[in-house]
Amino acid sequence: MKKLINSVESVLEESLNGFARAHSNIIQFNHQPNYVSRKNKSENKVALISGGGAGHEPLHTGLVGKGMLDAACPGQVFTSPTPDQMLMAAQAVENGAGVLFIVKNYAGDVMNFEIAAEMLDCPHETVLVNDDVSLPKDHSTGRRGVAGTLIVEKIVGAAAEAGADLATCKQLGDKVVNSTASMGVALTSCTVPALGQPTFDISDNEVEMGVGIHGERGREVMSLTTADELVQILAKAIDEDLKPAKEQCALLHINGFGATPLMELYLVYDSAAQFFEERGIKIVRSLVGNYTTSLDMAGCSITLTLMDDEMLQYWDAPVHTAALRWGI
Amino acid sequence: MLCNKFTGQNMTDTTFLPPLIAAIQAEILNNEEEISALDRAIGDGDHVTNLIRGLEALSKLNDELVQLDWSAAFMKIGMTLMSTMGGASGSLLGSMFVSMGKEAKEQDIDLAGITAIYAAGVESIKARGKADIGEKTMLDTLIPVMQSLQSDAEQNSDKATVLANIKAAATQGMQSTKDMLATKGRASFLGERARGHIDAGARTSQLILCVIADQLSEN
Repeated sequence: MKKLINSVESVLEESLNGFARAHSNIIQFNHQPNYVSRKNKSENKVALISGGGAGHEPLHTGLVGKGMLDAACPGQVFTSPTPDQMLMAAQAVENGAGVLFIVKNYAGDVMNFEIAAEMLDCPHETVLVNDDVSLPKDHSTGRRGVAGTLIVEKIVGAAAEAGADLATCKQLGDKVVNSTASMGVALTSCTVPALGQPTFDISDNEVEMGVGIHGERGREVMSLTTADELVQILAKAIDEDLKPAKEQCALLHINGFGATPLMELYLVYDSAAQFFEERGIKIVRSLVGNYTTSLDMAGCSITLTLMDDEMLQYWDAPVHTAALRWGI
Repeated sequence: MLCNKFTGQNMTDTTFLPPLIAAIQAEILNNEEEISALDRAIGDGDHVTNLIRGLEALSKLNDELVQLDWSAAFMKIGMTLMSTMGGASGSLLGSMFVSMGKEAKEQDIDLAGITAIYAAGVESIKARGKADIGEKTMLDTLIPVMQSLQSDAEQNSDKATVLANIKAAATQGMQSTKDMLATKGRASFLGERARGHIDAGARTSQLILCVIADQLSEN
């Protein structure tokens, strides 16, 4: 294992300390239970809280701030946070308009958020993100929540900032989830610090098709081929799932898993945009970069969100977080 | 009568817990590499790290646990696991012990009582995880042990039989996960590729139950 760390035990805490120090104008970091919240508590708006294992940075801590999340709860690497983190975060940021939890559909996240919600003594709702189309819709655990989560957090975050109530935020969150599909391909595995070795073995001429974001294996191993051919597989699965109408406006998000350079991500964007435009879809917004990462995994995912005017307006609304900033 | 027959005198108070937790910790650490490899094969490899973190937190409770009755001790164990482990197993084991704590209020610590307490714990895992036997999870170890306890409680079996049956049911249950397709947890994303691997949670549950049986037989 070759990493910039001091000790396996202290990675998370030290990284969070650095994050807090680097972005002290936007956020504050509460130790034990760990959560990151906005520096200035917002008033009379629905409080948005997300969380999940560490190792996906900037998701979710880097998305706390004006126009997006009120708090984020990081767990250990690839391990869901514990209920006390969500409960304390909710009690800290709730300001009378209720709490909306945004949860990626992974068993640990779902159960730990569920326990926190049961203990929380204020109005609350949960939006479950399940945008990964590499699994069939009727998969026994449901589909995983992956890179589309950021889009849900941005759009609902802007709505909450504009004064939407809890029921409206929940409804909008569900709508974004239903309009979003993602799928990813990994070129390498990744190394969890505590394990010290890559999670799975893969040879130089193979890719894992249909991976989630925790370094777990994908749906199948395939031979490495051209970027265009890999994009075709991902984009086709997305297209078949969302079945967009001609002239439909969409947001195209190419997400890097952590070790793939932007040069390649933009190449993937070009190829994916061409694929969807040939099918008559109008790509009206884009986001390219490493946002929902899997530590040092190489590879990327493609996310398409079908946008209506309301969603576009919220996507364009001002945001000021460590990882996304515009309009301010 | 049943009480003494099954548990012996030392089992009736929570001083039993600290040495038990230490023994479980040692057993998991001894098998850490194997469990980690099982999990890397079809999960993401974090199960054993989380379990070790949870057991470390429990071992720090020693002095506190022996002051508590069984109900309060189970509650404390549940809340500690829930707030230190994280992941699916943290919420599941946490829920299990909290439910066992609630049930322990209603039960004597005899074979029938222990069976009812354990069954309440298993039921809470089924409810929280929306899972059942045959899905390649820790329940494939835990449920057969519940059935073995229930049958031994009905037949009023002696202690040696009860403990031997616990170990056999746990081991058989753990091994049964090898050929299963996973329908819960991260292994479920792999489809057919999950076959041929034992579930890491089933393995750690089996190791823990066997340590408990061994510790009880020495008492």
